[in-house]
Formats: sequence, C-alpha cells, structure tokens
Amino acid sequence: MKTWQCVVCGFIYDEAKGMPEDGIKAGTRWEDIPADWSCPDCGVAKADFEMVEMAA
Amino acid sequence: MEPVVIVGSGLAGYTLARELRKLDSVTPLTILSRDDASFYSKPMLSNALASGKSAAQIASVSAQQMAAQLGANIIADIEVEAIDTASRTLRAGGAAIRYSKLVLALGADPIELPLEGDGASEVMRVNDLAAYARFRAAIEGKKTVALLGAGLIGCEFANDLATAGYSVRVVDLAPRPLGRLLPEAAAQRVQLALAAIGVVWHLGTTARAVSRTASGLRVELADGTAFAADAVLSAIGLRPRTQLAQCAGLKVQRGIVTDRLLQTSATDVYALGDCAEVDGQSLPYVLPLMQAARALAKTLAGTATPVVYPAMPVVVKTPAMPVVVCPPPAFPGSWKLQQEAGGIEARFEDQNGKLLGFALVGAATARKQALTKVAPPLIG
Repeated sequence: MKTWQCVVCGFIYDEAKGMPEDGIKAGTRWEDIPADWSCPDCGVAKADFEMVEMAA
Repeated sequence: MEPVVIVGSGLAGYTLARELRKLDSVTPLTILSRDDASFYSKPMLSNALASGKSAAQIASVSAQQMAAQLGANIIADIEVEAIDTASRTLRAGGAAIRYSKLVLALGADPIELPLEGDGASEVMRVNDLAAYARFRAAIEGKKTVALLGAGLIGCEFANDLATAGYSVRVVDLAPRPLGRLLPEAAAQRVQLALAAIGVVWHLGTTARAVSRTASGLRVELADGTAFAADAVLSAIGLRPRTQLAQCAGLKVQRGIVTDRLLQTSATDVYALGDCAEVDGQSLPYVLPLMQAARALAKTLAGTATPVVYPAMPVVVKTPAMPVVVCPPPAFPGSWKLQQEAGGIEARFEDQNGKLLGFALVGAATARKQALTKVAPPLIG
C-alpha cells in the first residue's frame, strides 16, 4: 500500500485507508481509482493530478 | 496573431494555461511572472515542515519544464508596469508586449499590521515560495516563532511549526482562532487541540511593537504582555493586488471586478484567482480558482462560459484538529451544533432548516463529501 500526495494542494491519498465516504474502499490502489475522479480538496482531475508517491 | 497573455504564474495562471491548452493547442500563449515562474503548491507552504519538505522541494516544476508542457512562452522575473487597454499593449520590463486577450492572475499581498519598534521591519510575511524560503532560512536552528494572526494560514503555520518542535505563540485580536470561519464551540476545539501540542495563544489582543534584542526579537502586545521570539511571521490576511488594474482604468472594488465570464470592465481583459472579485465575491481559495480557470479556458477558446461556484469546502490543514468549512453565504441563519467525542458537526441553517453552509471539526470532517452534496451553490 502506498501514500500519494496531490502536487497542487497537498491532499494525501492513503491507499490503505481509501476514502470510504467518497465511495472508494480502503485498500484501493491509485491506479484503480476511476479516471473521472477528482481531488476532493482542489478539484483537479485525476488525469491532471500528478500524484507524487510519498516516501514511506 | 497576438498572444493570449497571462500575467502571473501562480496556481491561477498555470491552471488556466493548462485548461486552455486542453481546448486550444495553437493560439500563442505568453505567461509573465514576477518570480522565477516555477510551479509549486501554495497550500503546501503552511504544512511543509512537518512533512519534511524544504522550499526547494516544494518547487516541483521549473519554468522551462512548464514552458515545454504548455507550449507557452514564459518570461520570468518581469514586472508588468502598465496596461494600455486601448492599444492592447502591456509595458513590462521596459518593453511593449501586445496581447489579443489579457488575463490578470496577479494574486494578493499579505496585509501589513502597523507596528512600532526597530524590529518591525524584521516581521516576515509568506505568500509565495521565495518568501517561504526566506522564512525557513530565518527559523533554521532557532526555537521560538511568534505568529500574528489566528486565521486559516496562521493556524496552519502554528500547527506545522509546533509539530516540527518550535515553541509557537499566536496573537490575534479575535477571541478565538478561525473566529471568522467557525462557530464558537468549534473554534474552541481547534484552540484546545493546538494548545495541547504546545501553541500558546494570546487572543483578544494585538501586537503593538517588535524590537530588536541581543538574542533576537521582542514582541510587545497591546495588553502589556511581552515575550522573546527568534522570528515573527505575520498572517493576518490578504489584499487582492489591484493597483495595476486600477491604473489601467479597470473597475476595482475589493478585488478586480469581473462578471461571471471573468471579464473585467475592459474588453478582452480578464481576471481570476486571488486578485479577482468575481460577481461580487473575493474568495482566495483553491476550489473557486479551479472553477474560474475551467470556465475562462472555455471562454478564451471561443465558447463563452459563465463560471459556476458549487458549494466549495475549505480544508484547514491543522492535523491536531482537522477542520473543513463551507462558509455560508451572507444570508440570515444560525449555527446548529452536534457535538461528539472526536469532533463537531455545525450546520448553518436558515429559519426553515435549509442548509446554507457547514463547519466540520475533528472526526466529523469525514462527512465533508456528504454535506457538500447538499449545500447550495454560491454562484449557481
């Protein structure tokens, strides 16, 4: 499981936790998140959303 | 063909450029920046310490890389001195630059508190990456930081600095942190949580003077309290940068006035982001800027598209007590609070019980998406 951070706003997506309140189950890998998903904090679309992998 | 010229390379300018390029890859695009034009995440500035990032690490993409990605001519380190809307010409760095359409994405300036004392000029303000780098250099190896302002940015910095081991004092005239955003009980949770990680609050008073001492700075408050600090950071608010627009004869109120097409009072001159007052609203947050950039990109590409502001929650990055707030519009109403062990859900409702806005603190922030879906749009 990895942790990802939005380069625009700093939002952190933790694969282990997912975002159950947003319909993304715990354990969902970044590549399995739908393409039409957007960052919940800044609204950047997944396609633009250069997620950077954070150091473990 | 004269280029579309964007003045400003912050999140507003670069997001617009990126959105425009999705729709139009051929129109020449010029971006002018008063700094080095690297792309960075401004929201990260106030939580970089705890995440172990230096100022240089926050600058994720250089101007050259951005120019290549966007197919744009990016000119760094240039000040725009004047705009002549009649001849569609800018004067910048002593040269004339013609535009077909001009977009002002100028940002905002931190408001300066009038202070007495020979240390007043040492007070730092951070609203861009270069200023942040100077702040980091100033606190390197130091221990105590005084923050002026307990709003969103002040609270985020307080949390970040305290987590990184600094001794932090926060001064604000308001009786509670985040006082303009949160109802009393919710603000109190934030106050207590930050106090628990070591933040010392000086609320209901203001800084009067900052003076130099042999070992650093001394801050004196209006209530007579005084304390030593290695650095003082002021975060009392932002003022839209409007002077350039005003001198060009554009209509200016709090920000550069635009309609819902982001058009200013001058033809083919647009404004967005922190410098703009869109349909009467000046909202210096990321989500409004994204909405504006997407709408304006369509308009510039030939399809006039009024901006829509849905309910846009603002996330306050205070890990000690996370906060999400969707500020209610200026309608009559009242806060209804639901207190729970790990947090507070506060709903701002009108007299008929209709949700107008909300504030979530602590564990209740998990309900952000659910409440955002039912909150009304700001500009529908």
